[in-house]
Amino acid sequence: MQQTTPQPIHWKGPGNTRIPYALYVDPDVPAQEQERVFRGAVWNYLCLEAELPEPGSYRTTFAGETPVVVVRDGEGDIYAFENRCAHRGALIALEKSGKAESFQCVYHAWSYNLQGDLTGVAFEKGVKGQGGMPASFCKEEHGPRKLRIATFCGLVFGSFSDDVPDIEDYLGPEICARIERVLHKPVEVIGRFTQALPNNWKLYVENVKDSYHASLLHMFFTTFELNRLSQKGGVIVDETGGHHVSYSMIDPAAKDDTYKDQALRSDNDRYRLKDPSLLAGFTEYDDGITLQILSVFPGFVLQQIQNCLAVRQVLPKGIDSTELNWTYLGYADDTPAQRTVRLKQSNLVGPAGFISMEDGAVGGFVQRGIAGAASLDAVVEMGGDHAGSSEGRATEASVRGFWKAYRQHMGQNTGDAA
Amino acid sequence: MSTEIDLLQVAAFNAAYARTIDNDALEQWPAFFAPDCHYRITNVENEREGLPAGIVWADSRDMLEDRIAALREANIYERQRYRHLLGMPVLEAAEGGQAKATTPFMVARIMHTGETAVFATGEYRDRFVRQDGRLLLAERVAVCDSTVTDTLLALPL
Repeated sequence: MQQTTPQPIHWKGPGNTRIPYALYVDPDVPAQEQERVFRGAVWNYLCLEAELPEPGSYRTTFAGETPVVVVRDGEGDIYAFENRCAHRGALIALEKSGKAESFQCVYHAWSYNLQGDLTGVAFEKGVKGQGGMPASFCKEEHGPRKLRIATFCGLVFGSFSDDVPDIEDYLGPEICARIERVLHKPVEVIGRFTQALPNNWKLYVENVKDSYHASLLHMFFTTFELNRLSQKGGVIVDETGGHHVSYSMIDPAAKDDTYKDQALRSDNDRYRLKDPSLLAGFTEYDDGITLQILSVFPGFVLQQIQNCLAVRQVLPKGIDSTELNWTYLGYADDTPAQRTVRLKQSNLVGPAGFISMEDGAVGGFVQRGIAGAASLDAVVEMGGDHAGSSEGRATEASVRGFWKAYRQHMGQNTGDAA
Repeated sequence: MSTEIDLLQVAAFNAAYARTIDNDALEQWPAFFAPDCHYRITNVENEREGLPAGIVWADSRDMLEDRIAALREANIYERQRYRHLLGMPVLEAAEGGQAKATTPFMVARIMHTGETAVFATGEYRDRFVRQDGRLLLAERVAVCDSTVTDTLLALPL
C-alpha cells in the first residue's frame, strides 16, 4: 500500500484529551484520511439490504469520498465496486438507485456485469479492421476496484481492505448485540433526507458520540425529561474505541435538581406540548431502553429514540463540509398506528428535528470558531482520560475512543489511552 | 357571494402566509391551518417513491403551535430570516367549499451574518377548506426540489 508522509500534527496527552484543531482545518488531512481510514481497514456503511430488494437492484453511494455502486446480482448476492469506469474514470451509474441487468458507461459504452467485471469494450475489435484495442488487452485485468462486502442485521458494509476483520469481530460482541436489539426483524425505508453540514466530518461523529452535550445543547430533550444525565443509562465503547453505544432509560421517579442547582439554560418548566401525541409512543423493546445511539467507525450511526428509528451515513466532502444522509425506518410489520407514531416522532430528528437541529449547526460553530487556531487543541477530558465504557453520561469517553481508533488507523502514534 | 374557492383567494392566502413567516410573525402561522390538518416538509424523491416521512410532520394545528413554541423557547439556531417568493397557484379542483392547488415556492435564507442563499425551492401541494367563512389549509405538503437541507431547517416553509 502506498504511504504518504505522516502529518506533523502534534498530539498532547494524556490519553486523547487534547485534540489538535489542525485535524479539522489542515488541507493535507482529508487525502490521508481517505487512504488510511475510508479505504483502509474499516467497514464503510453502504446501504440497507432492504434497499436492494431483488436481483439487479442497485444503489450508488460513497465509501468516504469514493463513489461506489452496490448491487444485488442474479444469484441474490450483494456486490460493490467503485463507480468509476476502467477506461477514462467516468461514473458508471448516474442514478441514486434503480434496477439493471448490467451497467454501461455513457462515455464510451464500456459495460460491466452486476459483479463489477468489465464485460464489454465498444469497438474492441475495431471498425472494418481499423482501430480497436490491441490483441493483448485483457478485460479481466481491468475494472473498477471491488469492495469486500459484509452484511449484518440487514446493514450492508463495504471495505477496500483485505486486512479488515470480519464484520462481527470488527464490531465486537457488545456492539453486535446492540445492533441486533434494534434490527431484529425486517425494516422498511419510510423516508430519506440529506443534511449538508458546514463542518469537518469528524466534528459530527464526535457530536454523535458526545453524550455530555445532549441535555445541555438540546433543550427539548431535557425539558421533556427524555434525557437527563441522572437517568439510568451509560456509554459502551468497544475495544478499538471506534464504536460506541450511548443509551438511557426514562425513570419518572428520578426528578432531580441537578440542572436547577447549576442554573443552566436548559430547564424550562413553562414549556409544555399542546399536542402531546408527539411523544406518545408505544413499548416495543422489553429492556426499558428508550434511547440508543450507536456508532460504527468511521461514519455510521444507528438511532433508536423512543419509536423513531433511523440510520445515518456520514460522508466527508472536503475539509470543512460533510454530507449526512438520514434514512428513516419502520419495521415491515408495523401496524398503521405504529407507523404514524414513527412519522410523528421523526419530528425529533433530522435537519429540522426538535432534538437534533442544533447538531447541524454546532459543528459549523466549531469550524468557524477555530479559524486561526490550528496550532491549538480542544479539551476532551470529561470523565478523565480513559476511553472505555462507563455508567454515567457526563463523560467524553466515547469521543476519546473515536480518537484512539482514528490515530490507530492514521498511524499517528497513540497516547496512553486505555 | 359564491362560497367556491377561486384562484385569487388562494393567491392572496399564500401571499399572507409567506409574509407571516418572512416578517417573523411565526405565532400567527398555525392559524393558516384548520385544527385538523396535515403539514409536511419532504422532497421530490420521497414523494416519487411514496415514502411518507417528512423533516417536519404534523397532523394537527396544535403540533404546528408546538413547533413554533419550540423554536421560540427550546431550539438553538442562529438568527435568520426567510424571503418567500411564491408563484401563481394552479387550482386543480374547487367545489363544495374545498379546493386543491399547487404553488411553486422559492425561499432565500438570510443569515444574521448577511449571507443570503437560496435555501429551498419546490412546490406546495395543498388542500384548502372554508371553515366559518375563512379559507384554511387542510393539508400543505411542501415538496422540496432538492433532497439536501443546508445546515438545519428551523423556520417553516
